[in-house]
Amino acid sequence: MLSLPHFLGLGAILFCLSVAGIFLNRKNVIILLMAIELLLLSVNMNFIAFSHFHGDLAGQIFVFFILTVAAAEAAIGLAILVVLFRSRQTINVDDLNTMKG
Amino acid sequence: MPFVTPEFLPALPEILLAVMACLVLLVDLYFGRRHPSWVFLLAQASLVLCALLCIALYPEEPTTTFNGTFRSDGMSAVLKVFMILVTYFVLFYSKFYLDVRDLFKGEYFVLSLFAVLGMMILVSAASLLTLYLGLELMALCLYALVALNRESSMASEAAMKYFVLGALASGTLLYGMSLLYGVTGSLELDRIREYQSVGGEIDIILVLGLVFIVVGVAFKLGAAPFHMWVPDVYEGAPTSVTLFVGTAPKIAAFGMLMRLLVDGLAGVQGDWIEMLTILSVLSMAVGNIIAIAQTNLKRMLAYSTIAHVGFLLLGIIAGTRAGYAASMFYVIVYALMGLGAFGMIIVLGSKGFESDRLDDFRGLNERSPWLAFLVLVLMLSMAGVPPFVGFWAKWSVLREVVAADQVWLATVAVVLAVIGLFYYLRVVRLVYFEEGQEAAPLVCGTDVKVMISTNALAILALGVYPSALLALCVTALG
Repeated sequence: MLSLPHFLGLGAILFCLSVAGIFLNRKNVIILLMAIELLLLSVNMNFIAFSHFHGDLAGQIFVFFILTVAAAEAAIGLAILVVLFRSRQTINVDDLNTMKG
Repeated sequence: MPFVTPEFLPALPEILLAVMACLVLLVDLYFGRRHPSWVFLLAQASLVLCALLCIALYPEEPTTTFNGTFRSDGMSAVLKVFMILVTYFVLFYSKFYLDVRDLFKGEYFVLSLFAVLGMMILVSAASLLTLYLGLELMALCLYALVALNRESSMASEAAMKYFVLGALASGTLLYGMSLLYGVTGSLELDRIREYQSVGGEIDIILVLGLVFIVVGVAFKLGAAPFHMWVPDVYEGAPTSVTLFVGTAPKIAAFGMLMRLLVDGLAGVQGDWIEMLTILSVLSMAVGNIIAIAQTNLKRMLAYSTIAHVGFLLLGIIAGTRAGYAASMFYVIVYALMGLGAFGMIIVLGSKGFESDRLDDFRGLNERSPWLAFLVLVLMLSMAGVPPFVGFWAKWSVLREVVAADQVWLATVAVVLAVIGLFYYLRVVRLVYFEEGQEAAPLVCGTDVKVMISTNALAILALGVYPSALLALCVTALG
């Protein structure tokens, strides 16, 4: 029988994976966007688990809002990505270094 | 549970702004080509209307509506009025900036209005859900605004950095919120606070959630060590967007901090005071010291923002009502000063010339003595030299920190502020005592000059008579 800590553990693992994905990835900006999605999904996992074990619906409603916002966020992120690619012909994370100091 | 129609009156300014923003979008669609200034005028009119409505509906006592998710109280009303005022000036400067560079698009004003709507919802949030939605509405609009100039590769890089780090901050904040929800079983900030006062023993998970929340808010505020995005975004974004990102959202972020920590997590005040102390000292140190090495004025002001955030946190660290009021005073004053400083960069620029390097300010006194005087007022005020209002802002937070028996913190802050004096005075030196190389022509019209003069003279006037604004902040926090 799965209990609350199992779900929270999964959420924590997903959260760590996505943060690692953002900081360790040096190759492709699209992977950054995927990591951000995963970050939001790990939060959703937490909310649903708590909501189920508390018997309170508010958490699940929050998840619907997070999913909607995540879609909008992905749209803006991809739009910025297109603009970026047009102006520099690359989406390599290492190339995002014209500003420093 | 029966459906009860919520009371709409407290949220009327937000509803009005949402409707007006959609209207501006439609006007842009049908008349944007032939009458581009209509969009601008309508946007300004809706801001004025919204501010008047906020003042007219000033709540005598806090009211909560929409099933405990939206609160209107003195703090939210005052913050909203100042956010709208700042945005009014921002749009005015922006119009000049965009006109000169052929970037004038209706979307700019629509996105700005929606960002203001997000900020207003954010400072009025009474539940984690409203807070998150307000925050995201603000942030998504700002990401798009930073990328507005599609030709500029620096702007798109800045937008990408802003987007990735902003999304990471939101994710961290959300993770903290999920832990708070798990411990307390509620999304409403009042219930979360009640849980802490009843529980007696504080859950370790609650403190863990607090850590995530503080990290998320620090990202949004741009406090060190979570400040990496600030200089890049400020430098890369079009100056009019930098102006917007650097002013009104700071007021909103202060509101968010107050809602989360003071309204929601008062029970673990000791823990968050410790965390904020670290953030504050680091921010003041990083901001004031690295700013000295900058040659780009936008980047220098970005580090100065980080230092100011450190100061702003001091009042919250004091942990008293008077301390919060001092912080609120500080953030409003900072927004007015930042408005003037970035506005000055816009005023001095022209097509193909950003005027954002320190060298561009050389010998400004020969070109325009009046603008040079305004730069003097703005820089000295930011540095915290009396009699300008920046001094009173710093003085009021320091007084509260000393009153809270944290004399060492006040000493550190004063030392770092003195270090910061160097780079502000350098700008003044360039303006008055250095020879200008080539005289770039000033192309701004009288209207923009009147606005920037009003802005800088307001700082001077508030410096002479700061008590009215300070008293307003004290009464707003009740």
